Amino acid sequence: MRSTLRGRALFALAVAAVAAWSLAPFLWQAITSLKPAAEVAAVPVRYWPSVLDFSSYAQVFKARPFATYIWNSFVVGVGTTALTTALGVCAAYAFSRLGLPGGRAALIGILGLSLFPGTVLIVPLKMLATKAGLLNTRTGLVIAYTALNLPFAIWVLKAFFDRLPRDVEEAAWLDGLSRWQTLWRIVLPLSAPAVATTAILVFIFSWNEFLIAQTLVSRDAARTVPVGIAMLSGVTVYEVPWGQIAAAVVVTTLPVVAMVLAFQRRIVEGLTAGAVKG
Amino acid sequence: MRDHSRAGAVNWLYAAPAMLVMAVVGLLPIGYTFGLAGEYHRLALDTRFWPVVRTTLSLTAVTVALELVLGLAVALVLWSPFPGRGLARAAVLIPWALPTAVMAMAWRWIFNADSGVMGDLLFRLGLVASPQVPWLADATSAFWAIVLADVWKTTPFMAVLLMSGLAAIPDELYEAAALDGAGPVRRFLVVTLPLLKPTIVVAVIFRAIQTFGLFDLVFVLTGGGPGGRTQTIAVYAYDVVFRYQELAYGCALVVAMALCLVLMTGLMLGAARGGSGR
Repeated sequence: MRSTLRGRALFALAVAAVAAWSLAPFLWQAITSLKPAAEVAAVPVRYWPSVLDFSSYAQVFKARPFATYIWNSFVVGVGTTALTTALGVCAAYAFSRLGLPGGRAALIGILGLSLFPGTVLIVPLKMLATKAGLLNTRTGLVIAYTALNLPFAIWVLKAFFDRLPRDVEEAAWLDGLSRWQTLWRIVLPLSAPAVATTAILVFIFSWNEFLIAQTLVSRDAARTVPVGIAMLSGVTVYEVPWGQIAAAVVVTTLPVVAMVLAFQRRIVEGLTAGAVKG
Repeated sequence: MRDHSRAGAVNWLYAAPAMLVMAVVGLLPIGYTFGLAGEYHRLALDTRFWPVVRTTLSLTAVTVALELVLGLAVALVLWSPFPGRGLARAAVLIPWALPTAVMAMAWRWIFNADSGVMGDLLFRLGLVASPQVPWLADATSAFWAIVLADVWKTTPFMAVLLMSGLAAIPDELYEAAALDGAGPVRRFLVVTLPLLKPTIVVAVIFRAIQTFGLFDLVFVLTGGGPGGRTQTIAVYAYDVVFRYQELAYGCALVVAMALCLVLMTGLMLGAARGGSGR
């Protein structure tokens, strides 16, 4: 199909169309965020600002605790990623290598659990967080996100450990290393790509999560970006600050866009391993 | 080697921290939701319940069907190597990686009644009578706005899964079909589709489960409106619990949702099995 010139042009057009469709809503936010206030909601719609104006960005950081939201999202993301990866590596290694009695059933149970939408657990989760004094804290979010991301992390890491050759580990045991030492000194360095893939995906999930953040946090001090943006509004419903929202959307999504550009191949591998293996 | 035969149960210690977190923050709350649920008789009397179930099912059927078709098209375009494929794949992945709640705000702006770009674009194309279209104030167009935003967001995931399925089809089969004189369309129908079927089944079931539990996109884009007519079960249950403070009945709705989910998954699995048995 792609041998003829016409075929090749059609193919290039298809690729361009797919890319344009994927980027359009994001690009429209970027354009909106750079318009002077008077042009944001102009009728008819202006497709390009008359001058590039960054005041929406200044506004969203100055008039609102947006920097706090970003910091919270970052802290929760890093905490969740670290905790999930650490616990996930140990568990996945045990499931893959250490012949756990009942391990297979547990893995399937974990998978089944992870398929339920978050709505199924938020009401008791809020009670639990209240009892534990973790309501309105970043720690509470980290613990909840870790629990939600562990099934995925365990499945991806286990799929990777299963493919590692066993001889290296057996040689390490013969050299007198304990299982724990083998995991840390031999297996983990070999698994760096899989651990990185898992960490990237868990960070993205955590950065994007809305329902639990909305349920467990009702104060700005611990509020994360998605909830913060969804709550951005003007004095009245008729006065939604679309320029500021657009600026906030761009600032929030830019790190994710950068991660996708940098780690596209890893993300594809991780998604495939996580979903298809199951 | 000694490690596999002996002390299997002790090795559970490696998995114990992860299992504990998932049990306390995942399994326990899910179980407790069932415990909190009550007033089931109200399900039969609730005039909101069946419309909400119908909306959720329509949304699931329509978005997953569209995603499958588009995802397959994207997968076919981006699967084989070409210069710039990495960049194209990254561009396509971006919608999947961006925070749903944040992009829901972006879509709200696109569908804005007064200065939304959707109305303006369709007006310029001569498809609507005025550039000012109150998309989200009408139940039907609000429903389709959700469909568009969800399809945009999740087609990349479908495409990634289908690409992994495409990669597993051996080239020889295409070559053999070509030798038999099969054109590209026939090769697609005879080789690609049947061999891709297991992947399609997994991807469709996975996405159907996710769409059935959809919360954040609807909550932020339409708020379930106008007049609750785009509420999914998850959004409705959230409203009942957190806005109307009816804990028992809200949890009953969540339980009903979980049971519908299990039933739907079972039916889909059964249909897939029955289909391949013939």
